[in-house]
Amino acid sequence: MNRIRIERLYKIFGDAPKRAFDMLAAGSGKDAVLATTGHVVALNDVNIEVPAGSIFMIMGLSGSGKSTLARCINRLIEPSAGSILLDGENMLKANDAQLREIRRTRISMVFQHFALLPNRTVLENAEFGLKLRGVPIDVRRNKAREVLSIVGLSAWENKYPSALSGGMRQRVGLARALATDADVLIMDEAFSALDPLIRGEMQDELLRLQRVLQKTILFITHDFQEALKLGNRIAIMSDGAVVQEGTPQEIVAAPQNDYVAAFTRDIDRARVFDATAAMVEEHPLIMDTKGSLEAGGAAAPGRFVINPQGRILGVISEEGARIHVGAPLNGGALSQNFATVSASAKLIEVAGACRGNRPVAVVDDEGKYRGRVDPSQLLACIASQPATAQPKGIHP
Amino acid sequence: MFNPDDLYILPIDEWIQAAVQWTALHFRPFFTVIKWPVETLLASFEHLLQTIPFPIFVILFSLIAWRLSTRGIAFFCAVSLTFIGFIGVWQEAMTTLALIATAIVLCVIIGIPMGILCARSDRAWNITRPVLDVMQTTPSFVYLVPVVMLFGVGTVPGEVAVIVAALPPLIRFTNLGIRMVNTETVEAGLAFGATSRQLLWEIQLPLATPTILGGLNQTVLTAMVMSVIVAMIGAEGLGLVVLQGLGRLDVGRAAVGGIAIVLLAIMLDRITQSLAKASPGGRRPLTAALLRLVRSERMNLDNSGDLADSRRAAHPGS
Ligand SMILES: Nc1ncnc2c1ncn2[C@@H]1O[C@H](COP(=O)(O)OP(=O)(O)O)[C@@H](O)[C@H]1O
Ligand SMILES: [Mg+2]
Repeated sequence: MNRIRIERLYKIFGDAPKRAFDMLAAGSGKDAVLATTGHVVALNDVNIEVPAGSIFMIMGLSGSGKSTLARCINRLIEPSAGSILLDGENMLKANDAQLREIRRTRISMVFQHFALLPNRTVLENAEFGLKLRGVPIDVRRNKAREVLSIVGLSAWENKYPSALSGGMRQRVGLARALATDADVLIMDEAFSALDPLIRGEMQDELLRLQRVLQKTILFITHDFQEALKLGNRIAIMSDGAVVQEGTPQEIVAAPQNDYVAAFTRDIDRARVFDATAAMVEEHPLIMDTKGSLEAGGAAAPGRFVINPQGRILGVISEEGARIHVGAPLNGGALSQNFATVSASAKLIEVAGACRGNRPVAVVDDEGKYRGRVDPSQLLACIASQPATAQPKGIHP
Repeated sequence: MFNPDDLYILPIDEWIQAAVQWTALHFRPFFTVIKWPVETLLASFEHLLQTIPFPIFVILFSLIAWRLSTRGIAFFCAVSLTFIGFIGVWQEAMTTLALIATAIVLCVIIGIPMGILCARSDRAWNITRPVLDVMQTTPSFVYLVPVVMLFGVGTVPGEVAVIVAALPPLIRFTNLGIRMVNTETVEAGLAFGATSRQLLWEIQLPLATPTILGGLNQTVLTAMVMSVIVAMIGAEGLGLVVLQGLGRLDVGRAAVGGIAIVLLAIMLDRITQSLAKASPGGRRPLTAALLRLVRSERMNLDNSGDLADSRRAAHPGS
């Protein structure tokens, strides 16, 4: 289910955008429009769908329109054209009162420089959204304490933001956003102002929280590594347009143009791709309830044998290779010398499981066989360069 | 023969005289309405300050100064006030203080809402700004002309001139303070669904308070300076002491008035300055936050032309 759906969204800064629109329709780019009309095309025909409960990353260089897109969603910036559907309702049709209600209960926001109120305590900052909504003091205090304990700041509730480190301040920012129980969280470069170490910590913390809270998070970043680490899906923006959208693996595997390829080139694929990328869907041998193999090809050494429910029983041993289809397997025919990896495991873990000639099976969440890892494909995956960015001068 | 006076004199003085007389005649009720609250408030303050016995006032004032600022400043106030009392200008000092107190009250009532309006509407600011510019570049001496013509002479017209001169810095600083509130913080207010009133009270005013108090400091100093100058149109107080001293070539008397003025000015400056630096009470944790805020905003302020203008205009007499 899509929580947010953005269709044909445009934002043009300037007081007479009509001419700019005409130029865009005629195929002009951002620079041409700026040169001719003096208007800035901040968003140019953006279409994205954000599934409920996912972390959706918006990635792009500075000035590519990420913040504008984020602010159009809760209408801190008024879009010039297009539609933004929140659970199917068009945000752009909401009047002032409805918009306030949406901002108070359904969309909340975390800011790059935290945007805390320096004259209020951590607790008062956390309850800010609820106070605006007019929630009685004891109710909102309880809620604020609850979210502060979620982000690990219970001991700090009576301190002022100035007494906190950057990472802690952003935790307060996060607590403030969580306190309203809004399902949608917009995080504009939320970790960009933090030191690398703290940033990594906050990313882990966000992933931990997300496993429990299952919010719909729109996370803006200019850091591709961050996008890969946090995102279920990534939209890459350039000059106000989304140039590619997909899962981290899809984007790294097949960048659609040089702009995207420039980001993906130096990425460590072993940490982005999951086991399915290095998997061959070799059919296993199925052992029936009577203990003999069903038809399904030769019983070559190293082939996996599963039961009818899909669980792995073992691999065919050297000795087992002589068994005929339909004949019962004897004790020595099945070997337990194999490893399994989960389909969602990253290649770096898969590589760790490959030892000698030991077969490695990929299993799904329920432990059912899905395929086997082909070590040569694993190496190819880790080493391969995207087609559009073939490095020159490297001879195998 | 090449003196322009011999050739032709544009009768501007007559025109202005005619215009002002016409205004005074046709807008009399308007000026009466303006005069009334000024007169009433001034009379009450004057009455209050003249009634409180000298030692009690010294103690009260010093206690308030201690509450609002530091022990050192409170001590300075006690010594200075006692000194003023014993150089024979106590009553005049109280009159001057009443002029300033009235100006503060009325400037706050008028100036802060106007500053808020200017901060929230670019159009209001575009209209107000040139007026403030003219008001602040005009030597305060020149104010006296229209005031005398429209309100006459004496202490109450003097008070009107004091208020008019002291108002601009407060409007300017209130506007500036609100506009300078960090954009992201304002966005945070809006993003969590603040109404425009909530935005003002929950975010903009609290964060602009140090700057507004800085403006109040300028307003108080301007009022102090102006309350002396208006002696020339017959307002009572320390200014009149100086003026009379000079008129009679009684340098001693003039100097006594001058010393009292300087002491009063230092007291008011120090108290309002520490108000802008720390919140009242000064011992709550809020202070730390506000202090940092003031410091960083001061730095921003120093780069902006607005502050320089206001500073210059804060000492129109000098
Ligand atoms: N208020 C504004 N007026 C004019 N142009 C703006 C305004 N805000 C942003 N822009 C322009 O819109 C483009 C996108 O800006 P922004 O969304 O802030 O980019 P990002 O967040 O990706 O760095 C930039 O070219 C920027 O200069
Ligand atoms: Mg940005």
